[in-house]
Amino acid sequence: MSEPIAIQAPQPSSIATSRIGTAGFAIGIAIVAIVLFAALFGNALVPADPFTQDLGNRLKPPFWMEGTQAGHLLGTDQLGRDYLARLVYGARISLLIGIMTVITSGLIGITLGVLGGFFGGRVDDFVLFAITTRLSIPVVLVALAVVGLMGSGLGLVVATLGLLLWDRFAVVARATTMQVRNNDYVSAAWCAGASMPHILIKEILPNIASHLAVVATLEMALAILLEAALSFLGLGVPPPLPSWGLMIAEGKDYMFFSPWVIMIPGVALFILVLGINLVGDGLRNLLGAERLR
Amino acid sequence: MLRLIARRLALGVLVALTVMTLAFLLTRLSGDLAVSIAGPSATQADVEIVRKAYGLDRPLYVQFFAWVGRAMVGDFGQSYFFKDSVANLIQKRLPITLTLGLVGLSLALMISLPLGILAALRENTWIDRSVTMFTMVGQAIPSFWLALILMIVLGLQLGVLPISGTGTWQHFVMPGIVLAFTAIPALTRLTRSGMIEAMASDYIRTARAKGLSRARIIFKHALRNAAIPVVSIAAVQLGFMLGGSIVIETVFALHGVGYLGWESIAKNDFPVVQAVVLVLAVFYIGLTLLADILNALLDPRLRTG
Repeated sequence: MSEPIAIQAPQPSSIATSRIGTAGFAIGIAIVAIVLFAALFGNALVPADPFTQDLGNRLKPPFWMEGTQAGHLLGTDQLGRDYLARLVYGARISLLIGIMTVITSGLIGITLGVLGGFFGGRVDDFVLFAITTRLSIPVVLVALAVVGLMGSGLGLVVATLGLLLWDRFAVVARATTMQVRNNDYVSAAWCAGASMPHILIKEILPNIASHLAVVATLEMALAILLEAALSFLGLGVPPPLPSWGLMIAEGKDYMFFSPWVIMIPGVALFILVLGINLVGDGLRNLLGAERLR
Repeated sequence: MLRLIARRLALGVLVALTVMTLAFLLTRLSGDLAVSIAGPSATQADVEIVRKAYGLDRPLYVQFFAWVGRAMVGDFGQSYFFKDSVANLIQKRLPITLTLGLVGLSLALMISLPLGILAALRENTWIDRSVTMFTMVGQAIPSFWLALILMIVLGLQLGVLPISGTGTWQHFVMPGIVLAFTAIPALTRLTRSGMIEAMASDYIRTARAKGLSRARIIFKHALRNAAIPVVSIAAVQLGFMLGGSIVIETVFALHGVGYLGWESIAKNDFPVVQAVVLVLAVFYIGLTLLADILNALLDPRLRTG
């Protein structure tokens, strides 16, 4: 390719270079850092226990409303459990699900995508077929069915989501591997007598890793939202664990009189997912990889 | 063109068969189906009766081919819980899910097409940035939570729409809005990037050079090319929406196929679960096939593929 590269090179999105784009990236990182901090050290900072029931103090409103109770900053739920403590514990569940799912689905998707993109031919046909099949499977229904039939649990939710959400990893890994497989450094590695695994892991993977990082943020956000939806429908993380989706489900019966019981975990979920998406968007703009969806 | 359709059709059939196999294996995950159907209070003798009655004593592959063979002619067996044929159940529920899907898609297109085009034409202005921010926010709102908020605001406080149920057209408004929201971010982003790409292309420069009006350039030349990815993603989105409507149907107690799937999972009604997975997958496969054909019609360059 002796095209005039200077002209063809992707323009860095001017949103990224603008102050607003950078601010979005910074806000995203700040949100994720705060939630991560809450998940790691929250139970040390919040004195209350997320599981202790206090039926005399049910549905106490949060601090900005009348009738709030000292010691319960965000009020209590329908069983009198401290809402802030449950919210902070819920951050741990959301992040754990998000990270574990991304690791599982990333392993599956990247392996398939790199193999398909690198070898082409029959291997690629198979990978494309696997992606097409996966895309035609209704994710929520199948995840619900697996959890419904096998019993709910954190590990099972992670395994199910990991087995279902690898498609975008595979699509992007395949496309980017195809782009880099004929580059000079790959040929050089061949000539130097490098083995196939060495080329795939040491030459191809580092060069597509930045694109995969963007996918990882997208999938993490999706996994967190899906876990919340599954838990909301009662087929995700089992009670009394305070998953944010489960907190919304438990508060649903009281939402018309105490709307904050669904507002607080819902807003937390929204902010975390928005933060992760902002980080992903910032990464994408940094890479100038505008065409990745 | 015909070759393209034939190839895509063959691929679709192969994918459908694979999904059938997976759906069949999925319902066998729980271990012994006869035990779960008979219920917790059943004796060993009851379980054996159930096993015989539902043909679960046959080898797995016999059960599989019997199911596939009958499913080919639209016979999905009997529901254990509803005491009706699965085909009947799905036939009754399908129009509701399809209505919801079409309402959702129409709403989504009505919002995302103008937004995407506007953002593209005003690239890198505050309008573009607001649209991008709007898609980010839309992507982060959990659909079931948005559903509850709408229930509180539109259903309780304003009292303009029914909170749950299936009876009238009003019952489709809130679920339609929520479903539309799940598709708007992707559709808007795609419209925007397709339009930006089209506006930067050579034929737009030519059209400009010929002195065509801006409106004519945008609507006649750019939009047609920007529409190609949007048409395909809209069809694919409809497939995702039909599959994803399970959460929304359950929240609003809208008795569509998704709600049927949820009910039958809760009741261990595995013939229904299998069939719902398959039906939703077949819709997705059909819609992506349709998208490919539409694409080929809109863009002659794709016809040889």
